Amino acid sequence: MSYLKPALKHPGLPKNALGFTRRDYEGSISTLCAGCGHDSISAAIIQAVWELGIEPHRVAKVSGIGCSSKTPDYFLSSSHGFNSVHGRMPSVLTGANLANRDLIYLGVSGDGDSASIGIGQFAHLMRRGVNMSYIVENNGVYGLTKGQFSATSDKGSKAKKGAINRDEAIDLVAMALQLGATYVGRSFSGDKAQLVPLIKGALAHQGVALIDCISPCVAFNNHEGSTKSYDYVREHNESVNKLDVILGRAPITTQYAPGEVTEVTQHDGSVLRLRKLDEGYDPTDRVAAMNYLAQHKAMGEIVTGLLFVDPDAADLHAGLGTVATPLNQLGDEVLVPGAAALEKLNASLR
Amino acid sequence: MKPTDISAPSYFHKVVDCQWACPAHTPVPEYIRLISAGRYTDAYMVNWESNVFPGILGRTCDRPCEPACRRGRVEEEPVAICRLKRVAADNKDDVLARLTPIPATKNGKRVACIGAGPASLTVARDLAPLGYEIHVYDAEAKGGGFMWSQIPRFRLPESVIDEEVGYITNRGGVTTHYNTRVDSLKGMLAEGYDAVFVGCGAPRGRDLDVPGRKEAAANIHLGIEWLASVSFEHVTSIGRRVIVLGGGNTAMDCCRSARRLGGESVTVVVRSGFEEMKASPWEKEDAMHEGIPILNFLVPKEVLHEGGRLTGMVFEKVKAERDAKGRRQLVPSGEPDVTIECDDVLVAIGQENAFPWIERDIGLEFDRWGLPKLNEATFQSTVPNVFFGGDAAFGPKNIIWAVAHGHDAAISIDKFCQGQDVADRPDPLVKMASQKMGIHEWSYDNDVSIDLRFKVPHADPSESLRSIKAEVELGYDRELAFKEAQRCLNCDVQTVFAASLCIECDGCVDICPTDCITFTPNEEEEALRVALKAPAINKHQDLYVADGLKTGRVMVKDEDVCLHCGLCAERCPTGAWDMQKFFLQTAKTTNGVPACASR
Ligand SMILES: Cc1cc2nc3c(=O)[nH]c(=O)nc-3n(C[C@H](O)[C@H](O)[C@H](O)COP(=O)(O)OP(=O)(O)OC[C@H]3O[C@@H](n4cnc5c(N)ncnc54)[C@H](O)[C@@H]3O)c2cc1C
Ligand SMILES: Cc1ncc(C[n+]2csc(CCOP(=O)(O)OP(=O)(O)O)c2C)c(N)n1
Ligand code: SF4
Ligand code: SF4
Ligand code: SF4
Ligand SMILES: [Mg+2]
Repeated sequence: MSYLKPALKHPGLPKNALGFTRRDYEGSISTLCAGCGHDSISAAIIQAVWELGIEPHRVAKVSGIGCSSKTPDYFLSSSHGFNSVHGRMPSVLTGANLANRDLIYLGVSGDGDSASIGIGQFAHLMRRGVNMSYIVENNGVYGLTKGQFSATSDKGSKAKKGAINRDEAIDLVAMALQLGATYVGRSFSGDKAQLVPLIKGALAHQGVALIDCISPCVAFNNHEGSTKSYDYVREHNESVNKLDVILGRAPITTQYAPGEVTEVTQHDGSVLRLRKLDEGYDPTDRVAAMNYLAQHKAMGEIVTGLLFVDPDAADLHAGLGTVATPLNQLGDEVLVPGAAALEKLNASLR
Repeated sequence: MKPTDISAPSYFHKVVDCQWACPAHTPVPEYIRLISAGRYTDAYMVNWESNVFPGILGRTCDRPCEPACRRGRVEEEPVAICRLKRVAADNKDDVLARLTPIPATKNGKRVACIGAGPASLTVARDLAPLGYEIHVYDAEAKGGGFMWSQIPRFRLPESVIDEEVGYITNRGGVTTHYNTRVDSLKGMLAEGYDAVFVGCGAPRGRDLDVPGRKEAAANIHLGIEWLASVSFEHVTSIGRRVIVLGGGNTAMDCCRSARRLGGESVTVVVRSGFEEMKASPWEKEDAMHEGIPILNFLVPKEVLHEGGRLTGMVFEKVKAERDAKGRRQLVPSGEPDVTIECDDVLVAIGQENAFPWIERDIGLEFDRWGLPKLNEATFQSTVPNVFFGGDAAFGPKNIIWAVAHGHDAAISIDKFCQGQDVADRPDPLVKMASQKMGIHEWSYDNDVSIDLRFKVPHADPSESLRSIKAEVELGYDRELAFKEAQRCLNCDVQTVFAASLCIECDGCVDICPTDCITFTPNEEEEALRVALKAPAINKHQDLYVADGLKTGRVMVKDEDVCLHCGLCAERCPTGAWDMQKFFLQTAKTTNGVPACASR
């Protein structure tokens, strides 16, 4: 068993604008089961952050409990991190974000962590619009506790030992759309070509971004009868569009037929260039997206891609009118203005 | 691309870069692992099987394996393959009992070997165990050929030569005829030998032809003749100021020997550039380390002399230019000539073959460069029972090539003597063995050391310059050897892929530290090479392509910078990757399928 990944690397590895190679964004070696989809998502996060040229120390990774929530140890070892309590990533992250909005927040969670125990936290974070990227590594089971059905497990799907799930599944994408999330995507750990740009777009998005990433659990949910297995997802995957994230204005080099490409410019200036794979799909129409998803779900399809984006997203700070400076940069006299100031505030509320 | 046929021995052999590059195809990583395990005798035997002279080569080999070593492509320097060989030799126990036994009953065939250099000795070693009666002839007083007569003792102690030559000549089956110059091949053939092997080397030093050469002849020496005289202790001193002409290894040996025999101011002068010199980089380094300047772009113009005594040399300054056809040429630079005063000149500007003792009327044909016409695979000459090898075959090379020739010639001679088809070459011995011991346990040490190459300790120059026999390199001690051995990447432990087991989870792709693995739609090689996770720019290294995956894609692995760390196999949930040790030993008369039926 190897505990270290050799530091030697491919001599031709490209460097990003900061002079770092992708390897500089790695973490310690994964202790997850070999073949776990979560490891591919970690690799996609590494790729995305490297491509965006983000300095690792500007990222805060926050997670809950679960195999998925363990993964922040396996990427961005130079970033800030907080491994919180089961289902409580959203509140910890919201607090961190309120205290310091300068960091780039990446919430990593599982389907159990977010849709079972943490469903309340998930819902409130979405509706508050915390500026973050929320990645659910969705395997349909509680991987860490040995494979019980989670709340995203599809009704009728079969457990490894044969039990059939009788409960209706929670669709986190549908919930996020309903609760006002401003960037919503779904992807598959086995499709990095789709996943990496989705993560990049989410990190650049200035509002709450959810990526529901189906991520097969090789140990407990990769068998015949599972709807979260590599084979099942590959067979039922219907991608609505292909995303390119462009930082700074890059000219279109490929020729597209009229209407084939939509461009969405986000607040930070990044451009989401979407090549349509399904002609009728408009990712800026929330209601249409919800309908589309419901219809296609009924047809047994797993719809993936960038499903919705609101380029004019606002975040929690905008709503609360909070101070822009991180609290750790404000002096004591500002943070603790004293009894007289409190008195004054109380008086104004009487 | 067509899926790779990994059952062809050459496929995985090429992945073991060092073994592929070694003319005798020594299983390098195998012996390096044995050194790590402290099994020096076993490591020695792995070498002895393949290269016959581990102690000698561990000090002197031209080491074509090292520039090929994969380690040099992922960090600064290759593994010190050659000097690790010496560690095996230095630390081994008595090996006599483990050498291939020589049968008391002979097979009735007699073979003569002309010359007792590494080529002839290899032939003798490979044939004696089969019951051949071998007769080795050499004009000199001892065996070893140039290894004994040319390579200076400060690089190669005589005891090492005696030991390893003795393993061949002192165990029966081989009769030596030293101090015997063969002056007629016709005569040799008339003695009724079933086969004759010519391993007489390339014994003639090229001379200098400039004005003054004849007049100052007393103090101008041909490098290889002078080195031989030094080895035989006929020459024990030289003038205070010495010029050495030439940029090859012979020149390096001349200048360093001169430094030890009284040459206080020794200068090497080369016609072309320093970079173009034929000498190995480490030889140049050692010479300069001993206070010997190397002056370049100087062409000998004239020898100065006074009253029949050498006083110096004049050189014309040149520069390198490309002519209209892009060929590199040396042209006068226009700068003033350079005069260097000296007491002796050593001429080491090249070596030539010479076969004055081979009659031209016996059907043995030579080409227009004066080299025998040979079959390149069998070393058979135009006289069916005469074979060549070593420097005598295709001109001056080195010891390890002489050994490689010797192995091939021995196979030919055996086949010839047994009435078999000489052109029908035996297959190598190949074994594949999974290294899997448990879920994530391997029977090889798959950790990758990040240490840089360790320097071999050298004797202090003030000590080593005092005697021509004091060995300069001290060799690695066991501790250093272990650390250096750990740098080896175990390139013989192969990544073997089974598409039928793969679920395309990307686990291997994500973990691979050197981005070797890609799953992608199949294309032609050129397109594939740039479509990989990291472009496969080194065309000398193969792509390993496998089809039969569920998605219809192919698995493509660029072998170029694989660390053989086994992480892909550790991360694979289904065992689609396995780490398998590939062991290849080239065919020899003493292994594999013996050509000799009467053994
Ligand atoms: C100065 C010098 C340094 C070198 N250093 C190295 C080194 O560090 N590493 C390396 O790999 N290579 C080195 N070489 C090259 C290497 O020595 C030769 O390539 C190698 O020894 C060739 O082996 P061989 O078996 O062909 O014959 P040789 O080693 O040349 O032996 C031929 C033998 O045949 C004998 N012989 C010739 N004609 C007759 C005859 N008619 N009758 C009887 N005997 C005869 C000669 O006396 C000689 O002993 C060096 C060469 C020189 C000149
Ligand atoms: C408060 C609390 N309840 C229960 C647990 C036990 N537990 C640990 S992980 C886990 C489920 C994790 O499932 P998920 O988030 O889907 O992660 P996965 O392991 O599948 O990636 C549970 C129930 C816990 N750690 N804490
Ligand atoms: S790393 Fe080891 S096995 Fe690989 S080429 Fe170098 S010496 Fe040979
Ligand atoms: S052994 Fe496997 S993981 Fe290691 S470098 Fe080679 S291909 Fe990559
Ligand atoms: S880890 Fe194994 S199963 Fe997964 S893609 Fe690689 S070879 Fe296939
Ligand atoms: Mg889960």
